[in-house]
This record gives sequence, C-alpha cells and structure tokens, in this order.
Amino acid sequence: MARIEVNHIRHSYLPNPQKDSDFALKEVHHTFEDGGAYALLGPSGCGKTTLLNIISGLLHPSHGRLLFNGRDVTNLSTQERNIAQVFQFPVIYDTMTVYDNLAFPLRNRRVPEADVDRKVRETLDMIDLASMANRKARRLTADQKQKISLGRGLVRSDVNAILFDEPLTVIDPHMKWVLRSQLKQLHRRFGYTMVYVTHDQTEALTFADRVVVMYDGEIVQIGTPAELFERPRHTFVGYFIGSPGMNVLPVALEGRTAKLGAQRIELPGVPKAEAGAVELGIRPEYVRLGREGMAVQVSKVEDVGRHKVVRANLEGREIAAVIGEDDEVPAEPKVRFDPAGINIYADSWRVEMGA
Amino acid sequence: MDKTWNNKAWFLVLPMLVLVAFSAVIPLMTVVNYSVQDTFGNNVFFWAGTEWFEELLHSDRFWEAMVRNLIFSFIILAIEVPLGIFIALNMPKKGWGVPVCLVLMALPLLIPWNVVGTIWQVFGRNDIGLLGYYVNALGFNYNYVQDPFDAWVTVIVMDVWHWTSLVVLLCYAGLVSIPDAFYQAAKIDGASRWAVFRYIQLPKMQRVLLIAVLLRFMDSFMIYTEPFVVTGGGPGNSTTFLSIDLVKTALGQFDLGPAAAMSLVYFLIILLLSWVFYTVMTNYDAER
Repeated sequence: MARIEVNHIRHSYLPNPQKDSDFALKEVHHTFEDGGAYALLGPSGCGKTTLLNIISGLLHPSHGRLLFNGRDVTNLSTQERNIAQVFQFPVIYDTMTVYDNLAFPLRNRRVPEADVDRKVRETLDMIDLASMANRKARRLTADQKQKISLGRGLVRSDVNAILFDEPLTVIDPHMKWVLRSQLKQLHRRFGYTMVYVTHDQTEALTFADRVVVMYDGEIVQIGTPAELFERPRHTFVGYFIGSPGMNVLPVALEGRTAKLGAQRIELPGVPKAEAGAVELGIRPEYVRLGREGMAVQVSKVEDVGRHKVVRANLEGREIAAVIGEDDEVPAEPKVRFDPAGINIYADSWRVEMGA
Repeated sequence: MDKTWNNKAWFLVLPMLVLVAFSAVIPLMTVVNYSVQDTFGNNVFFWAGTEWFEELLHSDRFWEAMVRNLIFSFIILAIEVPLGIFIALNMPKKGWGVPVCLVLMALPLLIPWNVVGTIWQVFGRNDIGLLGYYVNALGFNYNYVQDPFDAWVTVIVMDVWHWTSLVVLLCYAGLVSIPDAFYQAAKIDGASRWAVFRYIQLPKMQRVLLIAVLLRFMDSFMIYTEPFVVTGGGPGNSTTFLSIDLVKTALGQFDLGPAAAMSLVYFLIILLLSWVFYTVMTNYDAER
C-alpha cells in the first residue's frame, strides 16, 4: 500500500499545448493518503479518467511528478508501479478458467506455482467465486466478470493501490449495491488505497471516505460526503451533488442581508465578498415551504417516493424545495431559507461569513 | 391460442426458388445426367450407369491431381495464415497509415484473376521478366516452364501475393475490435508480448481466422485461372490441379461423361471438407 502524491500534474493530449483549454488536466496537486478510499467524482470529460491513467502509468503526464511513498515513479512503467486497475467494461481472458485468470498476473511475474495456488485460493474466497474456480471465465455474468477483474488486482499482495474506472457501469442496479458493499468490506479488512472514478454521486458518496470533485480539468473540492453536501466550495459542487441540486440565486449584498429582487434575506453572518458576481446557494432541503416568508408560485410537484420536490418561481427564478411525503403545498405558498443552509458565492467560489 | 394457417407465404419465396432452380439445381442436374451416360455428340446418349465413377476412382491421374491440390492448399494455408496474422499485428491502428495500408492490402484482391496470372507469367519469365531475369542473373537456375519445382514455387508465391491480403484484412478487423482496456489490463497484469497475443489477440481473432481458413481452403482447392495462365498445368502434369484436370477432360478431350462424374465427386469432396471444417469450428466455439 502506498501514499500517492500527485505533484502539480498537468496533462494534455495535444503535442504542443499552449492555452489553458488545451489541457485535459489543468493542474492537479493532491495527496491520496495510504489506505484511504477516495472517489473521483465529476461529469464526463472532466479529466478524472485521465488522472487515473496517469496514476496507473497508462499515460505519461505532460508536466509534474507522481510519487508513491515519496519515491518518484513518474517514469516507471505500469508494471513497475505495481498498480491494480479495474475498468469500465470487465476485462477477462476468455480462453482461461476463473482460476487461471487470477493466476495470470502472478505467473507473469514468475511467482512459484505453490504460492500462486495459495494466493489464488485466498482471492477466490475474498471475491466469493471459489465455487467457480474451474469454470471458463467467459461464461460468467457481467458482475462475476467484474469481480475477476478486481480479483486479478487483489491477488498480488503487494499492490500499491487499486484504481477503479467506473467499474459498475455495466452491472445491474441490484448487483451494484452488493458489489459496492463488498468493496467497502475489502477496504476495511485489508486497508487498500483505493481510488474510484465515477460520475454517479450516490456511488461516490457511499463508497468513499473522501470525495474529490473534479470539474473541467481541475479539482474543485475535496471533502467528506457531509462537507460536500453542507458546504460546497464551488457552485458546481452545489448542483452536481444532491438531487435536485443546490438552488443558486444571484443576489446583492448589504451587510448581513442579501437582496434578491424585492426580497431581503437574513444571512447568518457578514460575507467576506469583495467584488464579482455574488450568488446565494441553498439546498432544496433547507428551503422551508409554508405560510410565511417570500411569496412563490408553485409550478410543479414531483413525488419521488420518500419525499416530494416542489418546483416554484421566486422573483422570476426557478427554485426547488424538498417537502415531506405527507406534506401539502399551502394555498398561498411562501418560502423561508434556513440560515444554516445558506452559502454565499463570489464568482462561483464560496466565501466565508464573519460574525 | 388459434393459429391461422395460410399457405400464401409460399408465393413470396417462389421468385427465389425459381432463381435457385435456374442458377444451381438445373445445371447440377444436367451434370448428373451427363455423368451416367455416354455421348459422342449429336444428342445421342447411351446409358453408362456408374461406369464413369468407377473409372474415376481407379484413375491414377485423378488421385495425383487430388494429392497435388491438397499439398498446394496445405502449403498456401501454412504460409498465408501466419503471414497474414503477422502483417495484421504490425499494421497501424490509427493515423494516416491506416488508409494507406488498407488500400495497399486491398489492391491484389481487386485485380482480375487472369490478370494476376498474366502479371506473374511475365514477371517470372527468364528472358524479359523482372523476377526471372534477375534471379537467373544472381546465379540461380530458375525456369518455371521447364522445372516442376520452379513452377510450384511460382504458383505458390503468386497465390500468397494474391490472397494473403484477405487473411490480413480479416485479422485486422478482428484486432481493431479489441477494446483498449484489454491491452491496459494486460499491461497492469504484467503480460509479455507473447501472452498478449496468446490470450487476448488470438482468441479475439479466432472467429475471423476460422472464416479466413475456410475461404482460403475452398478457394485454393478450386484454383484454376492463375496456374492455368502461368503454367497451363505443366511442366508435364506437375501443376495440374483438380480443376485444370477437369477442364482438360471436359473441353480438351471432350469426354463429357467422365468429366461430369469428376465434377460431381469434386463437388462432394468440397462440400464434405467444408462441412467438416464448419462443424469442427462451431463445435470448438460451443465448447468454450
């Protein structure tokens, strides 16, 4: 297991990158701690797979260095880095049995056959496929194949990290839960450093201790699921995480109050916003729908099962509010913002609030 | 549930049946008709029964042609399949090289067969041919008109030149369909170049390879035009393959009865071998 330092890494797929927009990865500087479970979360094309492939050595970064436990591995090959990676589509060796698939990485490294056998049997137990050891791998279901992909990583006891590139994309929803909890269990038992790329926030939030949110080639926030939910550092994190995403409303500041059209909203503190476009962010969970506050016109109520999402119009802006499954929308609906859930953004980045 | 029985659908397949009848069934039956009779022209026929078939099966000439043909098919398969795989593996997967290679590979396939024969007939001549002249100038005694071994070499090299592209293109199609993730996973698993070929590329190419082998076997077993143009089956009978022998019998000697019997046996052999190939292939596939 290793601590992975991503040291000022930039990457471009173009031969001569000039502008910032030529870079798929603008500048990433971050340390993945030994034994941590990280999720790289972001929309398609934000650079998360690029970052992952740089860590595994499938890509060589244009700039910057990569360190494992303080040792520079930037110029080492994938094999020398001793990394395991699980891909979006299960990769199995069709002609081999499940057992041989797992033995393959060891035999390639000329491990003695007795050790191979011991390790493979251990791994088969870990991934619950012991009963299928002698089956041809290509006959298995997608989730079993994905377990084999994972198993080929686990079978090497000395791997520095296990990387996942959207590994559950082709798995049926009910199996996703099973596999994800098995992954968590493996992580707890053996303390692997795991980096998990996904664009699915539920997957990221349930899998990882720390979620790294990426947007447009940059890391915008690193935090626990709760931090990302309560205090999004960037408006992008606000609407990317949460369902529905955070309401972001342009406001004008006046000391402890924010002016939204004709409405005045009390803030929990004085924002330290200097200049730029100021916005107020509030999650639908903190918007209280009732008989007092600011008048809104309700346009739609979506019942999503455990709760209802109310879409309404406030001062010409579309906002969403979450109400309980049994709550009714009042005849003359009004909203209040819970001060605990208010964040202020200047030029899309969150600003602190003073007393 | 009630089923509606309706025979009108037969009318829809009728055009196809008529087409197949005129293109295959009727000509084949004509051959069957010839094979059991004797004729000297003028539409006078005598019943011969199985005489032609018995004669054929005891004819050294037929078996020799057959053995020659099998050896030929075996040699060209043994060269074209590995060579085709090797070239396909080394073709570029992206960039400007892809269309260039594909066009280069497709060129021999686009040349009419008798033109291929003519090209090599001239190419190999030791008076004016580029190949023949220089091979002789280098001190090798090469003359495909007189030396059976040289004739064989010429015919085989010609076939390899003409048809390896087909194997290459089929293998290439199989190779480009392998997702990048397989190669990346192999890197991570520390697989050697050989292991990548053995466990990723070869299994993924297997289907197209089987098709390539089947096509090349059938084509080479029925080869006629190119060796006919280059060697005319000679020197002696050394490059007289089954189809050349057949045409000699039918049109050279005008022995229509024996020739018809021979075509039928020839047809059955190809049918049988193709069936064996196909069954072996599909069974092998199902087992896995």
